[in-house]
Amino acid sequence: MERFSVQKKEFKDILPANTLKTRVPQVEISREIKPAPSRYRNEIAKYIIHRSDDCIKCGKCAEICPYGVHVLKPGYKYFAMPKSYLCTGEACEKTDHFCIPQCPQKALRMVKNPMIEALGDYRWPADMLLATWRMAETGAPPSEAYEYDYHCGNSGGGFDRIRFKFPEKPPVELADDEIDTSIILNRRDDGRPRIKIDVPWYGGGMSFGSVSNVTQLSKARAAVAWNIFSCSGEGGYMERMRPYDDHMITQVATGLFGVREETIQRVPIVEFKYAQGAKPGLGGHLLGDKNTPAVSKIRESVVGISLFSPFPFHSVYSIEDHMKHIDWIKHINRRALISTKVSTPTDVDMVAVGSYSAGTHIIHLDGGYGGTGAAPDIAKKNIAMPIEYAVAKVHKFLVDEGARDKVALIASGGVRTAYDIAKAIALGADGVVVGTAELISLGCVRCTRCSAGRGCPRGIATTDPGLAPQIELEWGTQRIINLYNAWRIELIGILKRFGMRSVRELVGRSDLLMHLDYNNDAHDSSTDSVIQPRKSC
Amino acid sequence: MPEKYHIKTTPVPPRLPRIGKYGIVDWREDCARCHNCVKKACVYDRHRQEAEYIRNLKYFDFLFFECMGCFSCVQNCTKDLLCLTINSEYQRLGNHYWTPEIIHITWQQAETAAVPVSGAGYRGKFAGQGFDAMWTDMSEIVRPTRDGIHGREYISTSVDIGKKPSYLEFDENKKTVFPSSIVDIPMPMIVDMNPAEYTLARLEPLIIEAVRFTDLIAIIDSAKWPGAVNESQMADIDKYLPHIAFHLNPDAPEPPIEILSKTRMVEIPDNDAVLDRIKELKKTIPELVISIRVNLDATGVQRAVELAAAGVEVIHVIADFNGDEIGPKNEKLAKPRFVKEMIREIHTTLIKDGIRDEVTVIAGSGIALPEHMAKALLCGADLISTYLPLLISLECHLCETCKPGIFCPARLEEIDFEYGVGRMRNLIAAWHLQLIELMGAMGMREARRLRGDVGRAMFFEELEEEIFGTLFGSKKRV
Ligand code: SF4
Ligand code: SF4
Ligand code: SF4
Repeated sequence: MERFSVQKKEFKDILPANTLKTRVPQVEISREIKPAPSRYRNEIAKYIIHRSDDCIKCGKCAEICPYGVHVLKPGYKYFAMPKSYLCTGEACEKTDHFCIPQCPQKALRMVKNPMIEALGDYRWPADMLLATWRMAETGAPPSEAYEYDYHCGNSGGGFDRIRFKFPEKPPVELADDEIDTSIILNRRDDGRPRIKIDVPWYGGGMSFGSVSNVTQLSKARAAVAWNIFSCSGEGGYMERMRPYDDHMITQVATGLFGVREETIQRVPIVEFKYAQGAKPGLGGHLLGDKNTPAVSKIRESVVGISLFSPFPFHSVYSIEDHMKHIDWIKHINRRALISTKVSTPTDVDMVAVGSYSAGTHIIHLDGGYGGTGAAPDIAKKNIAMPIEYAVAKVHKFLVDEGARDKVALIASGGVRTAYDIAKAIALGADGVVVGTAELISLGCVRCTRCSAGRGCPRGIATTDPGLAPQIELEWGTQRIINLYNAWRIELIGILKRFGMRSVRELVGRSDLLMHLDYNNDAHDSSTDSVIQPRKSC
Repeated sequence: MPEKYHIKTTPVPPRLPRIGKYGIVDWREDCARCHNCVKKACVYDRHRQEAEYIRNLKYFDFLFFECMGCFSCVQNCTKDLLCLTINSEYQRLGNHYWTPEIIHITWQQAETAAVPVSGAGYRGKFAGQGFDAMWTDMSEIVRPTRDGIHGREYISTSVDIGKKPSYLEFDENKKTVFPSSIVDIPMPMIVDMNPAEYTLARLEPLIIEAVRFTDLIAIIDSAKWPGAVNESQMADIDKYLPHIAFHLNPDAPEPPIEILSKTRMVEIPDNDAVLDRIKELKKTIPELVISIRVNLDATGVQRAVELAAAGVEVIHVIADFNGDEIGPKNEKLAKPRFVKEMIREIHTTLIKDGIRDEVTVIAGSGIALPEHMAKALLCGADLISTYLPLLISLECHLCETCKPGIFCPARLEEIDFEYGVGRMRNLIAAWHLQLIELMGAMGMREARRLRGDVGRAMFFEELEEEIFGTLFGSKKRV
């Protein structure tokens, strides 16, 4: 794995002596794809297969179904319950392996699952959830046979109305391994490491307290496997996070929870969180119930009290103040890259260019529709602009100011799929930060209960000792690794159709996009032809 | 520094079973009796509560729908017998504008008085019509920011109603002279009269109590006087009158002068003789602030501007309760204008005419959520008026069958005084907190300064044109 392409040194080789003393050996995690089926007995299915008592166990259905819905284990007298979630449903009716009419006893019945209506929302419709779960299980995009309409959501704007204009034939035929998906996070040429990550995304900040330690560790371990990063969020580190330091970002947020000299020195990237997309303009918020003894110990607070981080940093009221902040970190950790996470106000372009001039390496824009943690509903919906606008606006401004090639522009806040990632890049980002999708891969159903009472009933966003153990670390790690693999396959598929050898060629290529609500007459479209890869995107 | 405006609240639970979004359907006949029932594992204990609810059934028109939609029991059941469904009763709440989500969140605030908080990011549409086609701004690094509700800074939500002097004048003792009176209220909101469609409950005494408690003002139809107050309020009427603004209904006798003179503001429906009527009233009670109620129909905007030019000090503009221009709706013709656009037009015209500070614009209709209040101000209103959210706070479904003799699913005739006042008070308090949240994010310390500050707002159409227009060219016509 090549991370420091200039120095060719491992991060540990350049750590200060006092950090080296407390450093623990860093772990290697394999990127290998292994099946990680749902941890629930009944995976939610689009279609349900019923088997009646008329079944004579002749095994015909198991023989013809290519998807493994019917399982008669050797030595068993009865079929296991049909694995309905593997059924391709109505799409199967047109094939010669449709089991229902072929059952000699007419013992099988297929119905649309009425429960699907209750699953998902405008931004994460049911098909997107189901497809993400499949990817986390298998490590590959779901088979076309399932007809999941998952490349876009139903929000009616932004990414959901933007499509790629693929050429009919790629201008050059490329093999998968000829396509490079890595990006460089330090473009300043300032002697600090030119950190390269293998895919153009990394994991967003979720503090211990907002999510369980297994969730946090699973994210970190997947980051190690993919040679990317995960972020501490505003809450510090458990001791168990130390073996992943080389792939962690320490977040310095307004409450300064968990911010110590040592937590700044031991990581390759330090992120200032000025604001966040879930609640732009408001401080972080951990409700009292989630401030358990373990959390309060790390945050050095009192058990059970709600923790509100102020908004903003009261030491920063100008770009000069921001620069002072950056200098401060740069002196404490002379190898770290600095990331500045801001939300998307109307003058987000000015904020970005100001932050660049203050010396940041990464400008991380977190759009108004993002976020995983507790946030006031009024803030989620109403404050700050969606990321789709912000990223295009900032990219253009940085280009006009001549600063675009000196800084990494990272987008987040509603990036859900490989298609969203590619669209964000084509709009001008170098890469993205993802959060919700990681939680979905762990089995989140977007019930929104993360913040209340004991927290997530599914064991993801909770520190409750009765709920958190629902997830095993190996399983959680594998699900995220698998999801990332599926995304990389899809991203390579997109680049291949454009004949691009590197994802870096896609940055700012908004001429390759079209918007369904526009006439798309801003560019010369003589080379555009095929528009839709499949029914939605 | 003046004392912070703070509304003291306590939770007021609902009277009726909650109408939640989700329920669990249980196909019992195939149950394995596995003694490991997943229902016991519901974090929220909903299955046991449901069994208890059914045992002690009090309301035959309410099923138990309090499931939180986590799918855990559904996915763990040994025989896959459970199914999560959406409550059709929930889906029937409200109408296309006052959506089930709005009604639900209003109930929640009326119960808790708190800012609704949830996890998992935003779930809704990218943008929508009316107030959903704009976002409020936030300050970041390059502009000052404010602390919001958890901070130490004082964010003032007070606004003035009346004609503001354009310069200071002093008397011979060097004291400031105010040529006309101004009503100062602690929040940019007054309570309007009920729309004709919702006339079932006699809510005036409750509303009057709630606005007195929160130091706001309610507009009360003079035709309802003196029945609008209860006996105990009447016994102490001087305490209540500053919080009442009579709508002087031309078809009803006017409240006596000794009553009117103790109020701070009255409202007159617009008519041809309205300017003479103002003069008359001012002669009798000079310190009364007089508002003219103008319907936002096809000529409403123009009429509001004319009245302002004629020196009217307060104009209360009203569209229909969904925020649309008043008048016949014809699907085939263009969509009716929304109140937001009409406020912007009134505001910008008044600025061009150089008279914006001489008139207060109160904008009503379509104000369903606290963000609508802030957005209406950013579009140019000084304050808003609203009524339906207070009715909804009482567990109303907005079913529009609100007539005497027709069954009210919220049993509004049965509510007790404490409950009603408490729910309304809680809702107002939650709106106040949310206004502060939005203002804190915007970096604003004064609600007065929100008026017309479109620099603190982002409009869908403008962002689309500025950013996507450059990338994708001209927009398709719909
Ligand atoms: S509480 Fe619900 S929305 Fe939050 S992480 Fe858990 S499953 Fe997802
Ligand atoms: S879906 Fe979740 S909240 Fe609803 S009843 Fe089942 S376990 Fe309880
Ligand atoms: S629920 Fe009752 S008060 Fe509400 S609209 Fe229906 S009838 Fe009227």
